[in-house]
Amino acid sequence: MGEELKAPKKIQLAMYWAASCGGCDMAVLDVNEKILDIAAVADIRLWPIAMDYKYKDIEKWADGEIDVCLFNGAVRNSEQLHLARLLRQKSKVMVAFGSCASFGGIPGLANLHCKKTIFEAVYGYTASTVNPEGTTPQTHTHVPEGDLHIPEFFDDVYSLAQVIPVEYYVPGCPPTPETVMTAVNAIATGNLPPVGSTIGISKAVCDECKRTKSDKPGIVEFHRPQEIFVDAEKCLLEQGLTCMGSATRGGCGSLCPGVNMPCRGCYGPMPNSLDVGADALSAMTSIVDAAEEGDARAKVGKMVDPLGTFYRFTLPVSMLRRAARPLQG
Amino acid sequence: MSHEFEPRIVVLCCNWCTYAGADLAGTSRMKYAPNVRLVRVMCSGRVDPSFVLRAFQDGADGVLIAGCHPGDCHYINGNLKTLRRYPALETLIAQFGIEPDRMRLEWISAAEGDVFVHVVNEMTEQVRALGPLDWKRRTAMTVPAAESHTAG
Repeated sequence: MGEELKAPKKIQLAMYWAASCGGCDMAVLDVNEKILDIAAVADIRLWPIAMDYKYKDIEKWADGEIDVCLFNGAVRNSEQLHLARLLRQKSKVMVAFGSCASFGGIPGLANLHCKKTIFEAVYGYTASTVNPEGTTPQTHTHVPEGDLHIPEFFDDVYSLAQVIPVEYYVPGCPPTPETVMTAVNAIATGNLPPVGSTIGISKAVCDECKRTKSDKPGIVEFHRPQEIFVDAEKCLLEQGLTCMGSATRGGCGSLCPGVNMPCRGCYGPMPNSLDVGADALSAMTSIVDAAEEGDARAKVGKMVDPLGTFYRFTLPVSMLRRAARPLQG
Repeated sequence: MSHEFEPRIVVLCCNWCTYAGADLAGTSRMKYAPNVRLVRVMCSGRVDPSFVLRAFQDGADGVLIAGCHPGDCHYINGNLKTLRRYPALETLIAQFGIEPDRMRLEWISAAEGDVFVHVVNEMTEQVRALGPLDWKRRTAMTVPAAESHTAG
């Protein structure tokens, strides 16, 4: 009897993946035995990585039937956009789960290109492409058996909030088990922060990092991690590694710097940041040991791919958002 | 479109040297291209890279950052920070598809009104030759944006 009374009170939870790698779904499993706690408070109604489901089943749900939808992955094609809009309609609370849904993530770096140039590369000139007829995917194809439809590939990669209203953001590539459990507990207890909040802390990764920082930093040369023997105690930025810690929201426990890898910036910009790339560029290059233009140019010039370093996870939500498309007429 | 393109150039200039240099150009009745919009900041070191990105995003065709000569900074070394950031910012805007000639860094002292005039005129012609940047149109989203809460 108790079960019957409790049953309707369980949180109706949906998880969905769009342009993502599956890492966010794995991150949910990374909570280990706590997954049972999640199952105790929630009915998992949709989880494509674990259970078979058809889109027509989702369409049959009543509007607002789902309490919380954890949506991971960026939106890069029409199928993902459709599912984002459909799940928005069916869900009371929409959570952008992980860096791709929150900021566009790694797939968002495709915004340096457009559909045309991506198709030209992938179906044209990469070393492994053999495509003498220049065939590219078409959304509609007629075959003797009938019409075939595949999703339309967009010119841009979008963060979830760029296509549907989103209540909360859970950053991370992937979110750490602690971040996942913080979010789950907040949802389970109804103790939710103001709409629009990010689950995380308001301090930078640097704040959580245990490495020693000197008063007079001076970067002599930028390196990539594989090029040097990393000092295990000293600040990584001071060793010339392009560490995003100073510009990136904390909450991960400074995991990467803890194992000699510079922060990649997966928890996204700090609260109230105008542009994470501008923040990082300022912080990293201002402390280069140079007082003369040629010297500065030589030292800063050693930094490989500033855009990819500063906006690795955040290009679609950055100030400039994408690279300029070619001018047409 | 029949009317001729007139570049819009944002000049981020420091209070102590370049703004005074521009003032000198004005009081000396020197003429320079009316395409520049001066924004006075206390130091070229105050020019956060986001100011430059915002200018391009909001429709500037060019951005000029100008401050005291290295060694002459009112705040000792503010301009050295700009000097260090600038090469990375140059690479960054190039990766975004913005031509390097649309951005320029110059040291112009309070006594160099003529240098200010020369730099502004030269840059105006360079940017005019490049044509409009037209950032908003060239980066417009193809899917309608959601009216939503922003990440914060």
